[in-house]
Amino acid sequence: MLSRTAGSLYWVGRYLERAEYLTRLIEATLRLAALPSSYGGAGNAWDSALAAAWMKPLHEELGRPGDEQGVSAFLTVDSENPSSIRVCLERARANARSVRTALTLEAWEAINGAWLDVQKFGTRLESREQLVQLIDTVKVAMLVFDGAAHRTMLRGDAYWFIQLGAAIERADNTARLLDVKYHLLLPHGESVGGGLDYFQWTTILRTVSALTAYRWVYRDAVQPLKVADLLILNTQIPRSLTSCYQEILRRLDQLAAGHGRRGPAHRLAAHGLGQLEGASIDRIFGNGLHEFLGNFISENNRLGNAIAEQYLF
Amino acid sequence: MFGFEAAELAAARTVRPAYQPLRHWLEGSPRELMETRRRQAELFFRRIGITFAVYGDPDAAERLIPFDIVPRILAREEWTALEAGLKQRVGALNAFLADIYGKQEILRAGLVPPELVLLNPAFAMSQIGKRPVGDIWVQIAGIDLVRTDANQFFVLEDNARTPSGVSYMLENREVMLKLVPELFANLHVAPVEAYPEKLLETLHSVAPPGAGDEPNSVLLTPGQHNSAFYEHSFLADKLGIELVEGNDLFVRDDVVYMRTTEGPQRVDVIYRRLDDDFLDPLAFNPASMLGVPGLMSAYAAGNVTLANAVGTGVADDKAIYSYMPEIVKFYTGEEPLLSNVPTHRCREPEALAYVLDHLPELVVKEVDGSGGYGMLVGPHAPRATIEAFAAKLRAAPEKFIAQPTLALSTCPTLCDSGVAPRHVDLRPFVLTGTNGVQIVPGGLTRVALESGSLVVNSSQGGGTKDTWVLDD
Repeated sequence: MLSRTAGSLYWVGRYLERAEYLTRLIEATLRLAALPSSYGGAGNAWDSALAAAWMKPLHEELGRPGDEQGVSAFLTVDSENPSSIRVCLERARANARSVRTALTLEAWEAINGAWLDVQKFGTRLESREQLVQLIDTVKVAMLVFDGAAHRTMLRGDAYWFIQLGAAIERADNTARLLDVKYHLLLPHGESVGGGLDYFQWTTILRTVSALTAYRWVYRDAVQPLKVADLLILNTQIPRSLTSCYQEILRRLDQLAAGHGRRGPAHRLAAHGLGQLEGASIDRIFGNGLHEFLGNFISENNRLGNAIAEQYLF
Repeated sequence: MFGFEAAELAAARTVRPAYQPLRHWLEGSPRELMETRRRQAELFFRRIGITFAVYGDPDAAERLIPFDIVPRILAREEWTALEAGLKQRVGALNAFLADIYGKQEILRAGLVPPELVLLNPAFAMSQIGKRPVGDIWVQIAGIDLVRTDANQFFVLEDNARTPSGVSYMLENREVMLKLVPELFANLHVAPVEAYPEKLLETLHSVAPPGAGDEPNSVLLTPGQHNSAFYEHSFLADKLGIELVEGNDLFVRDDVVYMRTTEGPQRVDVIYRRLDDDFLDPLAFNPASMLGVPGLMSAYAAGNVTLANAVGTGVADDKAIYSYMPEIVKFYTGEEPLLSNVPTHRCREPEALAYVLDHLPELVVKEVDGSGGYGMLVGPHAPRATIEAFAAKLRAAPEKFIAQPTLALSTCPTLCDSGVAPRHVDLRPFVLTGTNGVQIVPGGLTRVALESGSLVVNSSQGGGTKDTWVLDD
């Protein structure tokens, strides 16, 4: 496969994953913001959504309003925000279009359709109904794309590079979400298990659509340590860091089997997975959750760069 | 029932037999149904992304070409005659190019003025003495035809550089199969879907000798901002070959490679949709970011085939066009089967004087223009435009040719007011390889959507139709 094609597909995977993460984040935030403040539904729900998307500085720089309408428009349809859903889809589509031949008609139609649908909303949102509609549209479009890719694409380089990009992005998103909220996950004095934090934790879980999963896995009340355990180490939930790295390594192995050689990216991914599999949540908390996550994010970036280098993007 | 315009009704009495079944269908289809189908077609094109870009129009970065669901029909015997004419014409174009880059016999015979060839901006001095594989220069030709009556087809233009539009021929058929399956059930419409396979055969047949049994062909595109990018990606997909940009290729020791995730891979045949000037910044335009440095030296070394060859533009120059009847006779020894539109070469003083006197009746074109840009359609131009054009003509007469406006044939077309006659042209695609000449039955029919308009170019608001060759 052409290196440029591989690079574009990898970024199709990343951009779509990023757009999807944002839809979940907004959905969870809408819910959190709807709670009375005595239940943790503080007016700063949208502020923390910005933080969880790591877009606070840009939001300030562009001088967008900090209320629901301002932040939700900034995250969804703002064409000046390079990571808004609109721009993510635009870029995913541009990447897909430049390598149109590497995608099946169904997969291309899903991306093109998503872009056309989102474009219809323009660059401003008039109401919350519109916001909810937009979120639903994107969610469905992502499912359609996944289904189209899964059902129609050859299991070859094109498919694996998309999945690889998506897995790297997913790991990055989960880690950043946890890092922004890490203080909420730490045991701190009297508020442990308090009512306020409960809703914050469930919001975290909702953002990665893992609230129900949590209950199935632990059959227990939501507790911060277990939230972290679930999202970092659990191998059943597809957005946990360990699951992401299992997938990354599997995709790299598939690529290596096709190409007959392995490279530095394999070693980095295998090392990363080894560390996650050998870790326990107690030790991670003992050594500092924030440090752990910061380290993970930069290692994940290094892996992304190593992949680009190895396949000559 | 449909409202037919008066002219159409009058014409309908003399509807050619090939159109009879279509007439029944048109008369029997309620207006709303046709409208629905038209919308379905548009949705289909939009969803799969068949768009083109119009240069200089930022708001319309990706536009749909209007599609008309009334097909254009040719009877088998009409097509058979056309096909013979096309083979003859493209054969002569190839012989002409081989000659002017070889022995230049036609120039010595005095049939074509040497300066018209040798000083032509599209003449590639570097290709003198070169012989592409099989001495084939134009592997893919698009010949624009118009028709004036039942038996008379005229060639309007030869496209010997990088003719486009074949994706519309293929996609229009797909849409029609979805929208009006009932018509296909009753009529024997010759299929066009074998085009990609034939194109691939053609490309492989002209691979350089060192290429081995499975030559690696690629399609070279200027990139996704090119107006025909959709077609490039569509064709690469149908052919099953890589769609490459200049950056994906590099040249080492006069061999072309593409950069792949598995390392460099040798490239044998390049179906290039990039003009000569942009192929190689070392040989042509140094500012071009689109090409591949060193490509021309790999080409000169015979390690890669370019389709079409470099320097073919001289054959579709509109001044050379006017000599095509002589060119066909010279190389084939036969009378041309397809006529040329009578052409006034403004470079000749007598012709210039005539053209200046008759501008309101003539169509004036730039000799190296394409896409309907920079032309004057006398009968439809306001006085001021004609005067401005006359000044341009006087300043540089050698840059123009002029042709009478023909009484072009029309084809029923769905318009706001119902079905009405609109002018059409036809571009069949002619493939030439060492395995012979192949033409799929049909081509791209372009239609002028404005009543009375003669301009069918998509960049100027023209539309397309499916083209049916009906087997008996």
